[in-house]
Amino acid sequence: MALARETAFPGATRIFEEGEKADRFWIIRSGTVALDVQVPGRGRSVVETVGAGALLGWSWLCPPQQWHLGAETREPVRAWQFDAGAVRNLCAEDPVLGLALVTVVAETIGDRLRATRTRLLDLYGPQGSQASGPTP
Amino acid sequence: MTLVPLPYRVVDRRAETHDTVTLVLEPAGEALNPFVPGQFAMVYAFGIGEIPVSVSRLPGGQRLAHTVRAVGAVSRALCGLPAGAAVGVRGPFGTNWDPAVARGQDLLIIGGGIGLAPLRPLIDSVLAEPYAYGRLNVLAGARTPGDLLYRDEFPAWGRPFGAATVDRPSGDWTGRVGVVTTLLDEALFTPANTTAFVCGPEVMIRATARALIHRGVRPDRIRVSLERNMRCATGHCGHCQLGPLLLCRDGPVVRYDRAEPLLTVREL
Repeated sequence: MALARETAFPGATRIFEEGEKADRFWIIRSGTVALDVQVPGRGRSVVETVGAGALLGWSWLCPPQQWHLGAETREPVRAWQFDAGAVRNLCAEDPVLGLALVTVVAETIGDRLRATRTRLLDLYGPQGSQASGPTP
Repeated sequence: MTLVPLPYRVVDRRAETHDTVTLVLEPAGEALNPFVPGQFAMVYAFGIGEIPVSVSRLPGGQRLAHTVRAVGAVSRALCGLPAGAAVGVRGPFGTNWDPAVARGQDLLIIGGGIGLAPLRPLIDSVLAEPYAYGRLNVLAGARTPGDLLYRDEFPAWGRPFGAATVDRPSGDWTGRVGVVTTLLDEALFTPANTTAFVCGPEVMIRATARALIHRGVRPDRIRVSLERNMRCATGHCGHCQLGPLLLCRDGPVVRYDRAEPLLTVREL
């Protein structure tokens, strides 16, 4: 936590943009951030929101260290901000810490991958679903 | 009694979403025995067929409310019924949410899509006795904002915590986006002292139950409502079999520690 600094964003603030250099990341303490992707002709489309306790940003960990999505606050957000380069250096110096940190980030990535796959199933749609509770 | 549909009349009809309607039914003569939250009725659209539909509210007296999504011939017919129309109803069938097991505990009530409907009578019963339980958390997931049920009731459910999330936000949606389990990070509960009630698509139920167990909620403290092809509703025809369970009789509400080994088996 010595590498963290407290930061705050007002509502409707762009935190980072798709394609920009991913040189920081955040742990959200309060508030909600929307992750979005620019769709030609349709503007930004929100693909997920993340809230308190969540890791905001993992693109800093792996090359090419560019944001895959954009991020915008939905409401005022307080967060711990970390310098990605300093954290990577620390991990290189201390492999035990590095493994622990990468494990946490991988868990976040895994959670989001599973959530994305579940959403791809389009579970709530009428096809094969029920009238209400038990099958019709 | 439960084998023969009794005539009921539609006394109120409310469109919840573009394809989902809540019907309030009143007996046209003899009434069925009282229902409790989580149970279901077989509702017969005359000349078309019958489907199982959970009660989505127990409005009092002998009335029943059912929320129906138009997905097949019978459910489409029911959704199209005007006030005053007649239907046949048999029931009550199945197990119930049994909120007594959660007395004194924090509650997680988690609904996906139309799965919020069978949970609404449970929410009503909890809100009627707020001091009997710990903290109430109502979490709802839907495909789009337009598919969210009971949006006007949600503010009353959100104490101390309630939130909805959608998979596909529209332009004016300012709420959460993503699967319903992401809301668990913000819900207010002590896992070791929590009972969870979950209803929705089966994959969502499994993902939610696993997330709850990962956070420390005991599997025997998780109640899920399962759906299968229910026909007779009396445990005789076998259409709703899930391993040793006949869900019309042993369900739809089942403890997750009992259901979990059955939900990942390809064929039973």
